[in-house]
Amino acid sequence: MSDVKTVNRDFNTDIIGQFPGGVHPPERKQPASSRPIRRLPLPAELILPVRQHIGPSGKVLVEVGDRVDKGQRLTEAGLSQGLPLHAPTSGIIAAIEERPTAHASGLPEQAIVIHPDGEERWGNKHALPDYHDVEISRLLELVQEAGIAGLGGAGFPTAQKLAQQKPLKHLIINGVECEPYIAADDRLMQEYADDIIAGTRILQYITRCDSVLFAIEDNKPEAIKAIAAAIDDDTQIKLKVVPTKYPSGGEKQLIELLTGHQVPSGKLPMDIGLLMQNVGTAYAVKRAIIHGEPLLERVVTLTGEALEQRGNVWALLGTPIQHLLDESGFNPEKKQRIIMGGPMMGFTLPSTEVPVIKTTNCILAPTDHELPAPGPELACIRCGACSDVCPATLQPQQLQWLAKAKDYDELEKHHLFDCIECGACAYVCPSEIPLVHYYRKAKAEVRNIAREKAKAEQARKRFEARQERLEREKQERLERHRKAAEERKKMQQEKASRPDSKTDSGDEKPAGKSAAVAAAIARAKAKKAAQAAKDNADEDSSAKGNES
Amino acid sequence: MSLFGAVIALGVLALIFGVILGFAAVKFRVESDPIVDQIDEILPQTQCGQCGYPGCRPYAQAIADGDDINKCPPGGEATIKQLADLMGVEPKPLDDAHGEEDVKKVAIIREDECIGCTKCIQACPVDAILGAAKQMHTVIEHECTGCDLCVEPCPVDCIDMVAVKPKPETWQWDLDTVKENIKANSIPVKVVE
Repeated sequence: MSDVKTVNRDFNTDIIGQFPGGVHPPERKQPASSRPIRRLPLPAELILPVRQHIGPSGKVLVEVGDRVDKGQRLTEAGLSQGLPLHAPTSGIIAAIEERPTAHASGLPEQAIVIHPDGEERWGNKHALPDYHDVEISRLLELVQEAGIAGLGGAGFPTAQKLAQQKPLKHLIINGVECEPYIAADDRLMQEYADDIIAGTRILQYITRCDSVLFAIEDNKPEAIKAIAAAIDDDTQIKLKVVPTKYPSGGEKQLIELLTGHQVPSGKLPMDIGLLMQNVGTAYAVKRAIIHGEPLLERVVTLTGEALEQRGNVWALLGTPIQHLLDESGFNPEKKQRIIMGGPMMGFTLPSTEVPVIKTTNCILAPTDHELPAPGPELACIRCGACSDVCPATLQPQQLQWLAKAKDYDELEKHHLFDCIECGACAYVCPSEIPLVHYYRKAKAEVRNIAREKAKAEQARKRFEARQERLEREKQERLERHRKAAEERKKMQQEKASRPDSKTDSGDEKPAGKSAAVAAAIARAKAKKAAQAAKDNADEDSSAKGNES
Repeated sequence: MSLFGAVIALGVLALIFGVILGFAAVKFRVESDPIVDQIDEILPQTQCGQCGYPGCRPYAQAIADGDDINKCPPGGEATIKQLADLMGVEPKPLDDAHGEEDVKKVAIIREDECIGCTKCIQACPVDAILGAAKQMHTVIEHECTGCDLCVEPCPVDCIDMVAVKPKPETWQWDLDTVKENIKANSIPVKVVE
């Protein structure tokens, strides 16, 4: 049975499949999906973590006290995976210091703090309304310079994803947004359908791909209508409406749904000729190329019954979560939880002082009634419900046992790294086992072991290099001593063969004296060297070895 | 007569196989004992000498020669388990005589107190300390294995062993410690009662 419907006229029905597992949690997208995106007043400060995405952080270009324009570059892009960061509004750099980041650990990271001046003064913009006569490499550069990362989830730098030089079968634009509560992409599609399609065409031009699949879940009728109208009669873009099921918006799940092909374990969609981009990313690419605006803001869904004004907002990157809550009529309960991301994949924020980053799509402030805190973990009863719903066809209960036993080899054999952490298994677990938590922990541990291993290898090499150096130095020292001893012997022989010079006339005296001095120096040297050899620690030479 | 034939046949066979084996022993000679390499691979390479041997490789050699597998505190339980698997023996608890399993540490030199004696440089098994005579020394942090060997030789006691701070990318999803990471005044969400 086909799992996909279409509203467009012409498309190929024979390439449609379905993915295993999945769950149907309550959607709760209302009222956020039916309210227009609001703009909030500027916060008192913006906190921009230097590292917002996978990969190393860039070099900071500004100093405390600098005045910056809106859109001015704050960091230089790193080497391979870096992305530059831009000032989301004009203002003054108040500090460059460590601040807690939007990460479940709450560990502080280097961040640039801006105090907005409220002028919204733009720096230079290089708009490029007609990109068709521009080279693709230049467009990729512009996307990179605009600091665009995938706005759907992992935040992978978009230009690097686009730059893969492989022929594409399909470019997939992901507007599925399957996680409950979140309606940021939904609202964006309703209000900015034309911009998203324009962005899609840019992506299409960059990837030289003539088939675009635009996927939307069937619980977003307004967005489907808007996008269908924007596509109009463009035959290269096909609108695909997928049935509501969580997690059909996952990259590999959606690919299976749309094409019937599975992305092999450990491979990328690129390897089977597919590329997926989020609708938010398509919008950001359009702003970057046509308007010359870097990625400065994103749509964030503010929802949960602890908020009076639920809906979507345009949040500048770096806006503290507390500011968003304050502007939405926040009525916290006792032990109020604030979740970044959705209820399935998000994490509870350790503090509301953390900022919005490029991948923040939702801030959820649920009451205890609507989203009760999980109960105590009970024993696994091996009911198998988790493996029925796993979209990656893993065995969650087995992974859980292995994770608890810390059997990392076996975990990798059971494809732990194919887990997309969608949370479907934990959602259905009757024993309320926080399964995903165990997987995250195990993944972190496996990565750590790999890192330690690399470090140990490095230490071993350095140790061996040092042993070699010490051995070499020892040999050199022995050689020196041998030479010195020979010298000494020779001198003594000379001395013995020469007639006694003490009774010689006065004009020969200086020569004899200098010979005696030289002999004394040689003796002292030999003694010193012998001493050093005894200690077996020639300080100077080893220090020199370290310097070099 | 048939007995004679059998003896000759077996003798000839023995001779042929003897030649083949002898040839193989010379031709495919294994230079180092591969088990030592395998053990060395498992050991944490801190080169700390807590096991009583001057480095990880000598200890690997000792294990191969029959020494106990529970003398490596930096490796801890995980290393003992792997060694037990490899050697086909029962894992044992860590031998207290050689120290206890501890958190990962790195050496930090309090630089204004350093007198530039180079003693720590000579002690460092992985050349992770940089400096010269009468010049300030410093530790190359990412090369430091936390072996502790530089602390004792320092005449002015200016080397500290500091626990490695977790970074977001190395954090182990230990949710109990989250509150410690956040400054006390900003936890968790302000609650209006």
